[in-house]
Amino acid sequence: MSAPLSADLAQIGKSVVIKGELSGSEDLYVDGQVEGSISLKNNSLTVGPNGQVKASVEAKGLVVQGKLEGNVQASDRVDLRKSAVVTGDISTQRISIEEGAYLKGKVDIQGKADKAAGK
Amino acid sequence: MASVTQNFMKLFRGSSGSPADAPQIQQKLTRRSSGLGELSRLWDSETPLCVLDLGSTSAANIRFFTERSHKIYSEDLLVASTEPHLVTKDEQGAMVLDSRKFLADNLQYPAAHFDVVLCWNLPDYLDESLVRPVMGRLWSVLKPGGMLLAFFHTKDAGPDSPCYRFHIVEKDTLEMQRIMMRREARRGPTGAIHTAVVDSFRLQRVFNNRHIETLFRDFASIKFFLARDNVREVLVVR
Repeated sequence: MSAPLSADLAQIGKSVVIKGELSGSEDLYVDGQVEGSISLKNNSLTVGPNGQVKASVEAKGLVVQGKLEGNVQASDRVDLRKSAVVTGDISTQRISIEEGAYLKGKVDIQGKADKAAGK
Repeated sequence: MASVTQNFMKLFRGSSGSPADAPQIQQKLTRRSSGLGELSRLWDSETPLCVLDLGSTSAANIRFFTERSHKIYSEDLLVASTEPHLVTKDEQGAMVLDSRKFLADNLQYPAAHFDVVLCWNLPDYLDESLVRPVMGRLWSVLKPGGMLLAFFHTKDAGPDSPCYRFHIVEKDTLEMQRIMMRREARRGPTGAIHTAVVDSFRLQRVFNNRHIETLFRDFASIKFFLARDNVREVLVVR
């Protein structure tokens, strides 16, 4: 599956390996390897089918088609597609999980009131 | 034809295949669960519960609990038990799974963390070397008074009894999906351990009531529910 094309979408290709802190103010598509942390507070992260992310993730939205190891804090929603393999705790407002997705970890649905109260 | 080709190609996939590649799932059956019904009085608790689901990742179960403001933890121990690095040899040279490694990789939770553990049919299909260590760990991660639900086949069940994953659709109703394929760790001709995709998990043993009571002897109480489909549901309280 090819990455969706968008002017505001940064892409990390499948041959790219990054270690460290990633942050930004545009949507990010990762089809390579990332190890460390990813912070996209007002934007979305997509882990492509070849993506292997070993990082804590803070984003508005998250779509996982590949592998993700690390805790996730998504202010809006998380989509685990059928090929997703996720190990880590997920905290979000909404989550959708396709048949066949694999999750090892906690799911904590935070309402807007919870977030405002900082729970 | 395409699916035959895909299944054939799966035989050649190595351990790099994702756990999600393994279980191919078909068929859905609906089943009433007395044990789940007994647990359902807990779901209305205003205090958020911590629930551990040890079956295959189920969107239905996650939705069921998160809609009620409970916290759900998902961990598929049957898939985890197929990791090739767990395979070792015992004193007689027979291949067994290393329970210490298994518990180092899985069920890593603080003591007395969960209110409910949904074990489903795990004990019947889990490798012999892991059953008691896993039950011991589950006892320790359950809160005192916490409850564990497990399903056991009766003696009428054969070794080919299908392995299911369980989705909660109502307070006392489950939808069951047969798991068609899984990974298996094998030692190749060179001695290297690799994984192969084989038929679904096989029933490892049939526990009688005394075995079940022994398995849960550290728990405070045990309750049996006999179902019509050659399954006993067991609800134990720590």
